[in-house]
Amino acid sequence: MTAFLEIILRLAVWLALAPLLPGILNKTKAWVAGRRGPPVLQLYYDLARLWRKSVVLSTLASPGFIAGPAVAWVALAAAALLVPLGPAGGALSFKGDVLLLVYLLAAARFCTAWAALEAGSSFEGMGAAREVSYAVLSEAALITAVLSLSVQSGSVTLGTMLTPPVGAGAALLAAGLFAVLLAENCRVPFDDPNTHLELTMIHEAMALDHSGPPLAVILHGASMKLLLFLVLLSEAVLPIRQLPAFTASAALAGTVLSVTVGVGLVESLLARFSFRRVPLLLTTAFLLCLFALLLAWKGGAQ
Amino acid sequence: MSRSSSFAPLANSTCIPWAEVPEWPLAELVRETSADLERGARLCAWLGVPEGAGTRLVAVIAFDGDNTLAAARSFPAAGAYAALTPAHPQAHMFEREVWEQYGLLPQGHPWLKPVRRSAGAYPASGEFFRVEGREVHEVAVGPVHAGIIEPGHFRFQCSGEEVLHLEIALGYQHRGVERGLAGGPHRATMSQMEAVAGDTTIGHATAYASVMEALAGEEAPLRAQWLRLVALELERLANHTGDLGALANDVAFLPAASACGRIRGDFLNLTALLCGNRFGRGLVRPGGCRHDLEPGRLSQLAGRLGAALVEVEQAAEWLWDAASVRARFEGAGTVSPSQAAEIGLVGPAARACGLVRDVRYDHPAGWHRLAQAPVAVWPSGDVFARARVRWLEIQRSGQLLREQLGAAPDGDIRSDPGPNAPDRLAVALVEGWRGEVCHVALTDAAGRFRRYKIVDPSFHNWIGLALAMRGQAVSDFPICNKSFNLSYCGFDL
Repeated sequence: MTAFLEIILRLAVWLALAPLLPGILNKTKAWVAGRRGPPVLQLYYDLARLWRKSVVLSTLASPGFIAGPAVAWVALAAAALLVPLGPAGGALSFKGDVLLLVYLLAAARFCTAWAALEAGSSFEGMGAAREVSYAVLSEAALITAVLSLSVQSGSVTLGTMLTPPVGAGAALLAAGLFAVLLAENCRVPFDDPNTHLELTMIHEAMALDHSGPPLAVILHGASMKLLLFLVLLSEAVLPIRQLPAFTASAALAGTVLSVTVGVGLVESLLARFSFRRVPLLLTTAFLLCLFALLLAWKGGAQ
Repeated sequence: MSRSSSFAPLANSTCIPWAEVPEWPLAELVRETSADLERGARLCAWLGVPEGAGTRLVAVIAFDGDNTLAAARSFPAAGAYAALTPAHPQAHMFEREVWEQYGLLPQGHPWLKPVRRSAGAYPASGEFFRVEGREVHEVAVGPVHAGIIEPGHFRFQCSGEEVLHLEIALGYQHRGVERGLAGGPHRATMSQMEAVAGDTTIGHATAYASVMEALAGEEAPLRAQWLRLVALELERLANHTGDLGALANDVAFLPAASACGRIRGDFLNLTALLCGNRFGRGLVRPGGCRHDLEPGRLSQLAGRLGAALVEVEQAAEWLWDAASVRARFEGAGTVSPSQAAEIGLVGPAARACGLVRDVRYDHPAGWHRLAQAPVAVWPSGDVFARARVRWLEIQRSGQLLREQLGAAPDGDIRSDPGPNAPDRLAVALVEGWRGEVCHVALTDAAGRFRRYKIVDPSFHNWIGLALAMRGQAVSDFPICNKSFNLSYCGFDL
């Protein structure tokens, strides 16, 4: 019973906190640009507004148009439950849970792309094509990072895997995972979350025809994914989980916040890459993670 | 060069009697025009004038090197003729337009399609060029866009991310400007001229005023000409600054985007200081200007201009110093110099291909005869070049204004132009911020407009955007589009 309650509680924390991050990100960008910017809670307002709206449905779209975002959201929420939260560990933890995490993320992507194709619009087709093309590279980088952590700790359980390397390994992993975070969450320089230009979009293009609650679910899912990657990055690089409980929680929250601000700064100071350069950067991220893997492997043998 | 031309020469912002415009059979006119274009002339306007059961074609060409314009006309004709376009692609849109308006069929035109309407109704959607193949997909964008911009339809033929062909369909903003001008000038004409393209208010209003002054045989007072220069360069500053910001925004480079957006407002406010309207409406009138710059406001304008120029310099520095921005701009949407000359590009888009083509320099009129800025040219023809030319023009217009604000002539700002001379052909070119604004007026026996033709720079340049996109990534369309920043309403008329 307590275990069940704990899961509910953790889920509530994930669901409630996730939409805060885009708000902080946008506030950072506004601050750099000298604007006041939207309120930090803007995404909450947007979600509430979208939830009350009705849905515009194409007569040609199959039920997958609605089911896609829903399944993707559930997959992301389940993935979130697997991620250990500092001293509290993961809500669900078992041997090989990290593989499930990777697969859940892939499933979420598949469902979003599927729903995008359902609309039959050329924009969404392009968006989905771009999303899955770049995923080939960013997933490779993510899996390599996971492998390096696994070799480092000799475990395939997220709870024990996240004992970060020190020195060069941590730096390589941090750089690689940061690039993966930017790519997976459609941030500059990979994608421009603020653009209104359909021809240049990746993630936004996939949601162009969604409205009302399905759109709210897509937006909320995206914010959960961002939080998930921020937590993973923090714990994979910094020895947060070896600290005392209270300090660890504070350190985790602080790291997540500062990386969020960092993403905002990257977005403020860097122009977006042209599409043909994106694979270059993702390959670099993959290589960084690969070198971290080599370090974990050979470094550990000595 | 022009000595061998059989066209009737005339200078910018002047008129000649209609009877003195050489008159040939239509085939002869096409041949003569073709011969002159081969000698390096440029087609400024190509229009139909209905007469009896037929239509006369009038050609206005420019010999930029000789600083002279020239005009010729055909006998009234109907039916088909051998098109000029196959030899000189710069005529393609003009010939389509005349065919649409008067039914003169240009035989051999490679893509004869209405310019502004299809199946009798506006706009010009309908048939599009299609690339066949299993791997080819078609992307349709517009006329309703996600941003708050004008309506236009873009049809891309893509292979994956690569654009094989782009066709642009316009006409959604057609409101009958030219047709409404027949029998004019009317009471509303001046206001309509200022709204031909709202962002080129001074450019079009100055061209119209010049036409009217040429027809009346009287120049505006010198001080009014000076005021028009100040307003025209302020318009250029505001729009070029806005364009640099918009380009930065499209590559998600926020510092320059935010700063330029604001500084554009500062420049617009300077125009408001001059005449009370941020876009310069109500300033230029035939015979002069309606608002003067008293010494107090003049020094205020000079001070605020200096401050804005310093700020735009800072914003531009951010833009040029960012490697990520250069990586996006360089090599995107390239138009070669020979292509540019062939399709008759004008304005910054032409100068970004290395063509020295600037009405202020080639065909100076008004105060530009006395005060000139060097022509801003950049050779590479890509988005970077078009942005760079804008930045050079911001600097040079700023410098020109700084000099000219201290060199104001004294005197009236307004004279009363007399009635229009009858049976004249008047031509006025103005280098608006987007390029050459060309107005051609033909008066009837009573001095009213028999035909009034407006050629906005966008009319020449839209095809440039389509060519720039060949072989580009479809995701680079927004920055290519922004680097041209063409007018829809100026085209649709």
